[in-house]
Amino acid sequence: MNTPPPLLTLRGITKSFPGVLANDRVDLDVHRGEVHAIVGENGAGKSTLMKILYGFHRPDAGEIELDGRPIRLDTPHAARRCGIGMVFQELVQVPALTVVENIALFLPDLPVVVDGAAIATRIRETAERYGLAVPPAAPLWQLSVGEQQRVEIVKLLLADARILILDEPTRSLAPHEVDGLFRIFANLRRDGYAIVFIAHKLREVLACADRVTVLRRGVVAGSLRRDEATAAMLVSLMFGALVAEPVPRATTTARPGTAPILQLERVSVPPLGHGPGLAEIDLAIRPHEILGVAGVAGNGQRELGDVILGLEPCRRGTKFLGGEDATRWPVAKMRAHGVVFIPEDARRLAAVGGLTVLENLALGDTRRYARAGGFAIDWDAARADLDRALERLGVSIASPDRPIDALSGGNVQRVILARELARDPRLIVAFYPMRGLDVRSAMAARALLLRARDAGAGVLLISEDLDELFALSDRLIVLFRGRIVGSGVPAPPGGRPGELALDEVGYLMTGAERRARG
Amino acid sequence: MAPLIRSLLSGSIVSGTPLLYATLAELLSERAGVVNLGLEGVMLVGAVVGFIATVHTGSATAGLVAAGLAGGLFNLVFAFVVVSRRANQLAAGLTLMFCGVGLSALMGARYVGSQIVGLPELRVPLLADLPILGPALFVHDALVYAAVPVAAGAWWVLFRTRWGLSVRAVGENPVAAFAAGKDPRMVHYQVLFLAGVLGGVAGAHLSLAVARTWAEWMTAGRGFIAVALVIFSRWHPLRALAGALLFGGAISLQLQMQALGVPLSPFLLDMLPYVLSLAVLAVWGGRARHAVPASLGRVFQGTQ
Repeated sequence: MNTPPPLLTLRGITKSFPGVLANDRVDLDVHRGEVHAIVGENGAGKSTLMKILYGFHRPDAGEIELDGRPIRLDTPHAARRCGIGMVFQELVQVPALTVVENIALFLPDLPVVVDGAAIATRIRETAERYGLAVPPAAPLWQLSVGEQQRVEIVKLLLADARILILDEPTRSLAPHEVDGLFRIFANLRRDGYAIVFIAHKLREVLACADRVTVLRRGVVAGSLRRDEATAAMLVSLMFGALVAEPVPRATTTARPGTAPILQLERVSVPPLGHGPGLAEIDLAIRPHEILGVAGVAGNGQRELGDVILGLEPCRRGTKFLGGEDATRWPVAKMRAHGVVFIPEDARRLAAVGGLTVLENLALGDTRRYARAGGFAIDWDAARADLDRALERLGVSIASPDRPIDALSGGNVQRVILARELARDPRLIVAFYPMRGLDVRSAMAARALLLRARDAGAGVLLISEDLDELFALSDRLIVLFRGRIVGSGVPAPPGGRPGELALDEVGYLMTGAERRARG
Repeated sequence: MAPLIRSLLSGSIVSGTPLLYATLAELLSERAGVVNLGLEGVMLVGAVVGFIATVHTGSATAGLVAAGLAGGLFNLVFAFVVVSRRANQLAAGLTLMFCGVGLSALMGARYVGSQIVGLPELRVPLLADLPILGPALFVHDALVYAAVPVAAGAWWVLFRTRWGLSVRAVGENPVAAFAAGKDPRMVHYQVLFLAGVLGGVAGAHLSLAVARTWAEWMTAGRGFIAVALVIFSRWHPLRALAGALLFGGAISLQLQMQALGVPLSPFLLDMLPYVLSLAVLAVWGGRARHAVPASLGRVFQGTQ
């Protein structure tokens, strides 16, 4: 009875987009000094709800009250006047501007002539109070993802936000950065700020939230206090009756003596544009082995994948594929020798939207299905291959004759996986293959990768998700600024010396010396 | 030799002045993310309107004001097409250029060959009496003297004011600017009007101070040189100053060499500014990290 009234109240929020009911009569209470986590599957309506709170989307129905008074949040500007601020998943910042300029842009009381020094002082004061270290004069593109996120939080604090909304703030952070973020949450909570954040990892939610609200298909499936919530309860709320089965981590079948399928020796790529390039990369992938590549995005992963695939010429160093010198092979020759590629965003990079599933399949291997000297395509053969691949991989899709963009993201990814894995690859280069997939689709994709490995393929798995890397990789390397800064066998918690522990990888991928931080 | 140096230096400054105003116009647009290939047309409209106003009022100052306004209004047509109607900037810009050529020829048809007094030359006391440098640097019209302060002012506005910050933010990431409570479309309109004013002034300098007459297509490609100069200056107003002087020098050199009868094709010399631009692009191309406004050529689409 003596609980204070909530700071922010949402009642009956409903929002539909063409064909989707994203939020269906959602109620939400946010209190002062509360860290409130929102969880749910992909497409459960979490982001939509947050964007309504920030005035990006207008709800079709429902009321929002702040301190008991009804408010309208029609634009981000209106939300900010009400003290609501948001840190987006794709940070809306201006990389070319400095930290001071990025923050100044946001200040409601910015004078006509900008006094950079005064703003820098305010930044330092706030940053010190809440443990948000940021370099005010540096251009934003030089900052790490964690620092950029802190800039966003400082920005909101200086703009007098009382309610901070964060959309998947931990997604690209290393474990120790996540801990730092949660300490910042704790500091802010102490001063009465309310924090609402979207999360995917239940471990993190349980580590820092005071309250957890679960969304399922646009509806609030439940809202629990921290002391009432367990991981199992949250999972069952998120997925309904279906219980997520964990993929058993099959142990490697690679034999140490086998010749590597791919070997890079002292491969370097000069930095170009915004990328760091690669410096003196030595690595080997054997059959029956998944080599995980850990690192914050933009530390040479793209270059590494491109060099292996032959998209980027290998100017310095040598590349061997199955013992043959493949340094100067073009992409087509690499593909012909059993190298396949699973892109980060299948919809964008590997699938042609207007074409059907079958046409997309044939596109991946036009030479194989070409008849009459390339003037005809053997559709029956393509269809037979697709059926065989889908059956072998245990994937079912409704109809191969549907346009591929009618499929969900998870299914497109499965079709692309099926297409690529159907070629009996010797080497699979997978870029963030599980990114953006919900838990169930990600599990299916993982199972496919493991099955391909067990069939004898070597896999290069590039990912930002350390949990995923530790679950799948037989060996791990860590990339930082285009260099391999660590490698080893991933250790289970409490692992043996000589193995790579999770938090150590976290420090390595942010370029920090673990010892230096104690 | 001394007269040659004097006229070369003086010529560089005079030829560089309209280039500088035009470059600043394009630079502001591009900082806000809009490529305006129609600048040539804006300059022509400014040149002809300034000339007509001067003929009728007898005041070059009134002509200058009219030229700036005409340039600004004409550029708003472009703003409407690319900002509100979201047309392709390159296509719209080229179309604007040809419209400007036609419109200025139509308006100026009756004035071809008319004479005006134009913008008066102002002698800076004492300094103008220095040998060689005096006449080269200190006997010019007001627009020449204003060039350096205007470039410095453009720098100050872009980098030290709230509005300039909005402009740069819109040119880099309009979604971020929108999220920060700015209206990217409004910023585009404001910038394009201002750029039009500067473009009009650039044209007026040609008709009111350099030629003191009106001739069809008298800008002769200077609007495009300005587009190249923006790249040369790597989107920085103070480097634009150096660029305009250098490219003005190239124009002046070409005129001097023609006057002296040097046996070198004038077509070859005409290429000089563009060869310079290409060389700059070739040298700085890969390294110009974050110098190019990231959202150049794209206009805010809204967030649904």
